[in-house]
Amino acid sequence: MSSDKTQAAQSAGAAAEETYSAAAEVGAVRKRRTRLERIWIGLKKAPLSAWFGMTVILIYCLVALFAPLLAPYGEAQVFPVPYGPWDAEHIFGTDQIGRDVLSRLIYGARNTMGIALVTTFLSFLIGGGLGLVAAINRSWIDQILSRFIDILMAIPSLIFALMLLSIFGSTVSSLIIIIAILDSTRVFRLTRAVAVSVAVMDYVEAARLRGEGLGWVMRREILPNIMPPLVAEFGLRFCFVFLTIAALSFLGVGIQPPTADWGSMVRDNASLIQFAQYDLKAGITPLLPAAAIALLTVAVNFVVDWFLHKTSGLRDEH
Amino acid sequence: MHPVLATVLQRLALGVATLIMVSIIIFSSISLLPGDFGQAVLGQAATEDTVAAFRRELGLDKPAPVRYVEWFTSALQGDFGTSFSGRAASGVDRSRPVVDLIGPRLKNTLFLAVYAALISVPLALFLGITAALYRNSIYDRMVNAATLTTISTPEFFVAYILILLLASLNPIFPSLANVTIDTPFLERVYRTSLPALTLTLVIVAHMMRMTRAAIINLLASPYIEMARLKGASPREVIIKHALPNAWAPIATVIAFNLAYLVVGVVVVEAVFVYPGVGQLMVDAVTTRDIPVVQACALIFAATYIILNLIADIVGIVTNPRLLHPR
Repeated sequence: MSSDKTQAAQSAGAAAEETYSAAAEVGAVRKRRTRLERIWIGLKKAPLSAWFGMTVILIYCLVALFAPLLAPYGEAQVFPVPYGPWDAEHIFGTDQIGRDVLSRLIYGARNTMGIALVTTFLSFLIGGGLGLVAAINRSWIDQILSRFIDILMAIPSLIFALMLLSIFGSTVSSLIIIIAILDSTRVFRLTRAVAVSVAVMDYVEAARLRGEGLGWVMRREILPNIMPPLVAEFGLRFCFVFLTIAALSFLGVGIQPPTADWGSMVRDNASLIQFAQYDLKAGITPLLPAAAIALLTVAVNFVVDWFLHKTSGLRDEH
Repeated sequence: MHPVLATVLQRLALGVATLIMVSIIIFSSISLLPGDFGQAVLGQAATEDTVAAFRRELGLDKPAPVRYVEWFTSALQGDFGTSFSGRAASGVDRSRPVVDLIGPRLKNTLFLAVYAALISVPLALFLGITAALYRNSIYDRMVNAATLTTISTPEFFVAYILILLLASLNPIFPSLANVTIDTPFLERVYRTSLPALTLTLVIVAHMMRMTRAAIINLLASPYIEMARLKGASPREVIIKHALPNAWAPIATVIAFNLAYLVVGVVVVEAVFVYPGVGQLMVDAVTTRDIPVVQACALIFAATYIILNLIADIVGIVTNPRLLHPR
């Protein structure tokens, strides 16, 4: 940072009178870094684990986006040999009805991550919105919402999700809505907790006095000030939602076939693990989708850890 | 009244209220079912008479509050109604009471949970406390890295890796935990070792990290600093000053993780095809057997609430500030 300043000052000084002058240095216009430059400087300081996490997430996103281009075969394309071995034609073999495992892994990235992402967004929309309203309003709405959410949180979410899925059926839309609503209770708690301390600030009071509506106060006054914890929580919630959906699919009540999904892929190929003594590669096949899930969760956790450290560290400095 | 007793009673009342609210939510879920599920359960061939009889049996002709009170009081006495499965369109009823389905499985699940808890609680407390005492040492870092990895992995991944290593490649343990009522105790312990080990790995990670955080938090408080400054030995600091205040966080940690066990058990039972309540619930969800689902959900939720209640009460009872009021 200091080197940049002196450089700018030197160039300013050079233009003025060719020699160094303290007055010129002080008077020189300090160049403000663009947002991109600031992000790059922040990234350069990131530890190795965060870099690893970001690289993994980037690769996953690219795979999910370009799944049809990358996958050698179709998502539900069936080949004559079920449980086929690893060979040149099918790099990771075929599954229980003869679908290419690699192709399903690639399409699975798209389906599993896409559904988890939509669910997390929805839960932040519901939980974050209600949390902000409760924090600003602090009246009976806050009381009712908080007590109701206490009760919802008293039921383990996987059990609750199972119960609701038995009622509404295992379609993708009901899966997304049920998990988003159950997960929004946690988001509500956090948003309310961090927003309550911001909502009593003078500038919020000023905004309300000059007649801004609830929407403005939420979006323009409070939200920017509670962003760092919410962003970190978004990463953690995404992991949690992702693992919940994977667990539900693994149990056979989540994403339904023929949609490729990592959780159900583990379940479908699980019996192969018995043959590991004869053919280790076959034994590893059911672990591939599980490993894909684990790798993404670890990666997101690394990035969130670094982000939390960075944002809380910045707060310490000031 | 003694302040401890008052707080405990207050907490108990809150727990009972939560339990009742949760039971209302679980009960009313059945009325969210779209359309007439009598027809759906009995099949298209059911005559109007059989459907009407089925509706009467479920009490659908009575108002919802009356049904709720009947359901909840009989559930408290251990009667959860009869299962939807085994009913035929002709009116032949081979369905079984939900209690008969759940009873033996509940014992199996409790066995597995207690088995896992007996290994994991002492192990996690030991790891957590030592990691907190020697924090930032190599030991601490290694334990932390290992637990972060197990936290981030789904339970079934841990389970399958264990199967791959300990059952398939080196056949030490059986990969399927099939037990019956007649299985002798030692055989049962042997057959359920892999599920118990999986659960242990998953919870130890959580419990150890939370214990470590609780102890570090505690060791940073001013009275510990004071005890050190006045010359108390490290052992005395831990036993006389830190531990009395540590019981509450430790109890919370244990209860929280035993409650987590309740959820983890569902997935682990599915992996090892273990005849427990979790497996039953998943099967009931796929066949939409609502009475079984409700009963399982109520059992799981009640366990979860009661464990949290116990943790809170331990926290209140061991709180030195409440025990010695001014």
